[in-house]
Amino acid sequence: MKPVEMVAPATGALELEIMGMSKRFGDVVALDDVSLHIPAGGFHALLGENGAGKSTLVKCLVGFYTADQGTVLVDNREVQIANPKDASQLGIGMVYQHFTLVPSMTVAENLVVARGALPAFINWHEERARLSDFMATLPFKIPLDKPAGSLAAGEKQKVEIIKQLYLQRRLLILDEPTSVLTPDEADEALGLVGDLARQKLLTVLIITHKFREVTAYADAVTVLRRGRFAGSGALPELTIEHMAEMMVGSPVAQDVAPRTQHTPVADVPPRLLIDQLCAQGDHGLPVLRGVNLSVRPGEILGIAGVSGNGQKALVEVLTGQRGKTGGTVLVNGLPYSGRRKEQTLNKVYSLPEEPLRNACVASLSVAHNMSLRNYDKPPLARWGWISQRAMRKQANGYVETFRVKTPGIDARIQTLSGGNVQRAVLARELSHPVELLIVANPVFGLDFNAVAETHARLLAARNAGAAVLLVSEDLDELLELADRIAVMSDGRIVFETPAEKADVRELGHYMAGGHEETEVMQ
Amino acid sequence: MVAVDGLGWWGVPLAIFAGAIRVSTPYLLVSLGECITEKSGRINLGLEGVLIMGAMAGYGTSLATGSAWAGVLAAGLVGALLGLLHGLLCSLRRVNDIAIGISIMLFGTGLAFFLGKPLVQPQAPMLNAIPFGFWSSSPQIQSALQINPLFLIGIVLAVVLHYAFRYTRWGMQLRIVGDSADAALALGLRVLPTRILATVIGGFLAGVGGAFLSLYYPGSWNEGLSSGQGIIAVALVIFARWEPLRCLWASLLFGGAGALGPALQAMGITSGYYLFNAAPYVLTLGILIATGSPSRTLAGAPGELSLVRN
Ligand SMILES: Nc1ncnc2c1ncn2[C@@H]1O[C@H](COP(=O)(O)OP(=O)(O)OP(=O)(O)O)[C@@H](O)[C@H]1O
Ligand SMILES: [Mg+2]
Repeated sequence: MKPVEMVAPATGALELEIMGMSKRFGDVVALDDVSLHIPAGGFHALLGENGAGKSTLVKCLVGFYTADQGTVLVDNREVQIANPKDASQLGIGMVYQHFTLVPSMTVAENLVVARGALPAFINWHEERARLSDFMATLPFKIPLDKPAGSLAAGEKQKVEIIKQLYLQRRLLILDEPTSVLTPDEADEALGLVGDLARQKLLTVLIITHKFREVTAYADAVTVLRRGRFAGSGALPELTIEHMAEMMVGSPVAQDVAPRTQHTPVADVPPRLLIDQLCAQGDHGLPVLRGVNLSVRPGEILGIAGVSGNGQKALVEVLTGQRGKTGGTVLVNGLPYSGRRKEQTLNKVYSLPEEPLRNACVASLSVAHNMSLRNYDKPPLARWGWISQRAMRKQANGYVETFRVKTPGIDARIQTLSGGNVQRAVLARELSHPVELLIVANPVFGLDFNAVAETHARLLAARNAGAAVLLVSEDLDELLELADRIAVMSDGRIVFETPAEKADVRELGHYMAGGHEETEVMQ
Repeated sequence: MVAVDGLGWWGVPLAIFAGAIRVSTPYLLVSLGECITEKSGRINLGLEGVLIMGAMAGYGTSLATGSAWAGVLAAGLVGALLGLLHGLLCSLRRVNDIAIGISIMLFGTGLAFFLGKPLVQPQAPMLNAIPFGFWSSSPQIQSALQINPLFLIGIVLAVVLHYAFRYTRWGMQLRIVGDSADAALALGLRVLPTRILATVIGGFLAGVGGAFLSLYYPGSWNEGLSSGQGIIAVALVIFARWEPLRCLWASLLFGGAGALGPALQAMGITSGYYLFNAAPYVLTLGILIATGSPSRTLAGAPGELSLVRN
C-alpha cells in the first residue's frame, strides 16, 4: 500500500475530505461519525465546546491517533495515514495544541530536523543559508540560535507555524494556534497563512475559540458537539450567534459578563506589595529587573505585556516556583516566599498558565489533582490520614459545580481536553475563601461559554474582597476585568493606569517597549 | 617500584599522566556509551554489571582463543546483549528504567562471578600497549607513553560522537527522541527502537570497558576487579552535561585524580594514602556542588530522562 508516493509530487493547496470518522477512548466516544470537506485553498474553521472532539478529529486525520472508522480523501483519492510521517509525506502538517519543538535544540535545528528526509550528514552552512533566505520572507523575526525551550509561549507558537510553512505544506492544520498569541501576533500569523490560502498554495483547517478570527479569516465552518457533527456553513453568511448556538445546541442567552461598576477601591493597605523584585530565568539571565507593584483587596490589577517580558517569571515567583534574587514580596504586610504554609495562612490561590504543567500532576487522577490544596487538612485528612471518601466527594462536587467534562474523577488528568484541565484547576483554586489570587492567561483555550463563566468567577472573587493579580496577553480581557492596568516590558513595570482611563494605543506603545525610545530587539 | 632517579620530581606528573590514561579508559568507554543511551532518553544504571560481565567474558574468550582482541569483541557483544535486555524490558509499559538498571547491575555482577570462577587462576593473553615513548632513552618516559589502544579508540569515538550528535541524521534523531517523545512522534520517528538501539550501543561500549579491566589494567580476572567504575561513569555523564568531549575531559580528570595516590606512593609518600585514593570522589562532589545550582535547570539534560522529566 503506497498511496503516498503517488500523491507526493503534487504541490499547492490540496482538497480534503473526511468521511465518517469515529474514535473512542475506552468508554469515551470522543468522535462519532464526523465528516468534513474542504476545497483546495479553503480556510476552514472547526468549532466546538471544550471536549467536543476537535483535537481528536485532527489527530486522527494526521495519524497521531488511529481512528476506529472513517476514510480520508486527498484530491479525491483515498489515502491511508497510519502515522504523522505518512501525513507529512502527503503534505499535511499540523501545529498541535501542545508544543512539539525539541526543547534543547535551537530554533534552526528544530526547523531543519522537521524536514524529515534529512541527509546522513548535515551541512549546517548550507542549511543556515537556506533558513535565512526563508526567514527573510516572513513578516516576523525569530532568533535562530536560541534553544526552543527558552522561548516564551508566543514565540514557540510562531516557530511551530513557521516550521510548517518552511516545509511547504499543502494542508496546514492549526489546533488553537493563537491561544498564546496577542491579537496582533495572531493577525500576523493568520494573515500570512490566509494569504497563502488565497493564492491556492495552502489549504487551512483551524481550530479556534475566537469568533473574531473565524469571521476575519475563515470561509467556512464545521461545528462539533459532543463528538458529533452539529452543523456547518459558509462565511460571511453565518452569524456569530448562529455558530454559538450550534456549539451549545440551544439558543445562547445574550448575557454579557456582569461587570459591576467600578466600586472605588477603598484606601486600605495593599494585600500584595512587591518592591524591586528581581529574579533570574532558567539560563541564569535576569528576567525580572526591579518590579514594583501593589494590589489592594477588592481590586484586580491587570498586567499587560507581550509574552516573554517577565510575566511568566513574576507568576512563578509568586507561586513559589522560582526563587527571587532581590527585592521584597509582602502579603498582608508579611514577607512571602510562596511556601505552602504562607499560601495557606494568607489564602493565596493561583491559576498559572499551562495549568497541566504548572498546577497539576499530569499522571494523577482528577480527584487527586483537585485535592492538592487541602489533602492534608480536614475534612480530607484527620490525624494525618487521608479519607478517600472525602476526597472523592469533594472532587464530585467540583466536577458538578464547575462542569468539568471528564470520563470520571479517577481518570488521569492529562486525558482531559485542554479546557477541562483549566476548569478542574479553577474549581480547586476558587472553591475556598480567597484573599490573594494570582492568575495568568486564565481563558487560554476555553470556549466562549467557559470564558464568560471564568470571567464571572474572577469578578466574583474580587467583589468578595480578594486581591487579584491578573496577568494576561489579551488586552480586551484586561480592559474588561481589571481596575488598574500595568504594562510589563523587559522585566519591569513601565506604565500604570486606571482601567477606565486606559487607552489601547498608549498601552500598545508601552508593550512594544516604547518607554525606551528604541526598537525592541526582534 | 623504582624511585625517582633520572627525572626527579618530574616523575610525579609523568606518573599521574600515565596513570590518568590508564585509569580513565574504562570511565571513558562506559561514559561514552552511557552518553549515547541517555541522549535517547533512558538511563542504564546497569552498566556496572555490564562492565563486570564484559571483563569476565573478555578474559574467558581471550583465554580460549588466545587473542585479546577476540576477547574485546566478545566483551562488547555480551555488553550489547545485556543492553538489549535492558532496552527491551524498559519498553514494556509501566516499567522504570532505573529499577531495571539496578536489577541488571546485580544480575550482571552475580552472573559474572558465577561463570568466572574457573578464570581466576589461568593467565590469558593481554592487550598490547602502543609504545609512543620509543624515541626516549628514559625508562620512565617510555613506560609513561605506553598507551593502550582502547584509550585511543575512546578519544576518536568522543570526537566522532561530538560531531555526530550535531552533523548527522542519526545523531539528530537520537537527540529528538531523547528530548521530546512527543516531538519525535510528530516527526514520525520510531521512539522505542531508537532507544533500544542506543542502549545496545551503550552496553557494547561498557562491555569493552570491562575488557580493558581484565585484559589490560589491572589485567586479571577476580571479583574485586571493578571498584564501581560503571556507576561512577553514569554520574560522569551528568557531570559532563551529556557532551562526549566533556566526557573525555571528565574521564581524564577522574583518572588523574585516581592516579594521584599511587603516584605519590611510588615516590615514597605513604602518609594519607587513603585520603589520596578518595580524591576522585571528593573531586566529583566538589565540582558538582560548584557547578550546580538549585535555581537553574540542568542545562543540556535530555528532556525525556526520568531524572529530569516533570
Ligand atoms: N488520550 C486520551 N485518552 C482518553 N480520553 C481522551 C484522550 N484524548 C481525549 N480524550 C477525551 O476525548 C474527548 C474529546 O477531547 P478533545 O481533546 O478532542 O477535545 P477538544 O474539542 O479538542 O477540546 P478543547 O477545546 O478543550 O481542546 C474529551 O472528553 C477527552 O476527555
Ligand atoms: Mg483540543
